[in-house]
Amino acid sequence: MKRAFPFLRGKNGELSLLFLPGFLFFLVMSYVPMVGIVIAFKDYNLRKGIFGSEWVGFDNLKFFFISDTAWRVTRNTILYSLGYIFVTLIVSLALAILLNELTKRWIKVHQTIMFLPYFLSWVLVSYITNAFLDHQNGFLNAVLAGFGLEKIEWYFGAQYWPFILNIVHLWKAVGFSVLLYYAGIMGIDQSYYEAARIDGANKAQMARSITIPLLTPLITILLILSIGGMFRGDFGLHYFIPNNTGLIYSSTDIIDTYVFRALRTLGDISMSAAVGLFQSIVGLVLVLLSNLLVRKINDENSLW
Amino acid sequence: MSTANAAAAPAADFQTGRPKALETHPFYRRLINALFSVLSLCIFVPFLLVVVSSFSSEDSILKHGYQFLPERWSLAAYRLVFQSPAILMKAYGVTVYVTVVGTAAGLLLTAMTGWVLSRRDYKYNRQATFYVFFTMLFGGGLVPFYILMTQYLHLKDNLLAIIIPGLLSPFHIMIMKGFLAKMPFEMIESAKVDGSSEMRIFFTMVLPLSTPALATLGLTIAFNYWNEWFNAMLFIDKPNLVTLQLLLVRMLNTIEYLTANTEFVKQLNIDVSHLPKYSVRMAMAIMAAGPMLCIFPFFQRYFVAGLTLGSLKG
Repeated sequence: MKRAFPFLRGKNGELSLLFLPGFLFFLVMSYVPMVGIVIAFKDYNLRKGIFGSEWVGFDNLKFFFISDTAWRVTRNTILYSLGYIFVTLIVSLALAILLNELTKRWIKVHQTIMFLPYFLSWVLVSYITNAFLDHQNGFLNAVLAGFGLEKIEWYFGAQYWPFILNIVHLWKAVGFSVLLYYAGIMGIDQSYYEAARIDGANKAQMARSITIPLLTPLITILLILSIGGMFRGDFGLHYFIPNNTGLIYSSTDIIDTYVFRALRTLGDISMSAAVGLFQSIVGLVLVLLSNLLVRKINDENSLW
Repeated sequence: MSTANAAAAPAADFQTGRPKALETHPFYRRLINALFSVLSLCIFVPFLLVVVSSFSSEDSILKHGYQFLPERWSLAAYRLVFQSPAILMKAYGVTVYVTVVGTAAGLLLTAMTGWVLSRRDYKYNRQATFYVFFTMLFGGGLVPFYILMTQYLHLKDNLLAIIIPGLLSPFHIMIMKGFLAKMPFEMIESAKVDGSSEMRIFFTMVLPLSTPALATLGLTIAFNYWNEWFNAMLFIDKPNLVTLQLLLVRMLNTIEYLTANTEFVKQLNIDVSHLPKYSVRMAMAIMAAGPMLCIFPFFQRYFVAGLTLGSLKG
């Protein structure tokens, strides 16, 4: 055995052997599917297979881009991502600063409760949102009826969903995010605050002139990283919470849900692959750009 | 961190660990606490609605909808779920199997890969690092992955379709690498002088020494497997391979899933049209999520540690 594979001997050989399972994993799970991108330029036929199917050039992409869907899902993906990023940032940062004023015991209590939704899968969250929004049995409609107002058909009204999705996302993400910023605040040297105190600064001034400036590197990095991932939407959130209702696709459909539907429901495999490719490429450009930005600001924090 | 601060400032308040002079006025502290209490309540209340609904009588739900205070309480939903627990138990079994196998294998692979990438003296370190992290930046997308799994690897209706894709993630490897890079190198050097092979060093020294990182990552990986529904949704059709999350997906899509499930109804011997489907659905959700929701919060700090463990760059 050892004689047959001389390259597996010695320090580098043995380390290579340790790396082998990982190498194979990424080869099969990540690199081989990259070859499958050619489907985007073919008219995929199950019987003919990937390589037997006919080339159609950019027809699939063209077909996608002349449809209304292209604009709709691209716009939705970007706007929702931006919404999630900034709403979560502002709310969590404010809460983290306020949280720091409490006693240890209460901090723990509030943190634990705020963290609870993080442990739920989107499937389970949709059971909860459904209990509130269901047209017939939902709690919100019961409240509306209690006030003598007309019931609202939430799952049929596209205009409600930007708010619903942002609230649900915040509900699930806020605990984690607060903890992240709170950890950052804990890392700030107390002597800054003591010095400010001697100079007669109040709490609000301290937050504005010490806490936020010292957290800026952390905020910048998290912000830029999330902008890099902006083109990858949250499939679970946008698939389960609106219950995959066709009537409100105009305000809930994102690239990820569209690709999934094109594959599973419409069965348009080539077009689905083409849209996936479009997403991958724009995503790559965004990550590269954001990393370039981080490097400009602070080389230490760049990804590579 | 906080204990270090407290030690440095002798006049620190024992409750907040801050110097007395920086203490918030009790009035404001109570005000902020009130604000957080309202917030915590708002975050918690949605859970309560599902719990209460599962204990409501079906008539109450049909008449007034889901309520925080139902007209009539009832255990009918749970009685039904426990009368025919086969579906739920099966799903629990499958989920536990996937989680245990996936976490054990995934943890070992993550440690192996992370260890190699943390070795600066490895000849192909740069290439290997690029090879792993490039997959974070670019991928083939859903369709090629789906075709590969179904047409070439033939993993449809196979639990490996859930286990394999979750084994390794560049993000987990990055965290592991960051942790292992801090391992004292002299120790490895001296072991090598003693004639230990790299394999031996990894399995007898590196693995035991990295238990904190393994615990943190193991919890994260287990959590991911427990909550996995995407691959299950894509690849699993057979009823006896359905995981908890997939069971919840199916019940969500068709509220009649349970009543339409002959196996479930057969054991019950009752008129299907009188099945309390709304409350049963909620009871199933509680039974599926409840146990984990009681366990995971205790390990909350590990989830946070996972992020800070090993700086991002490593």
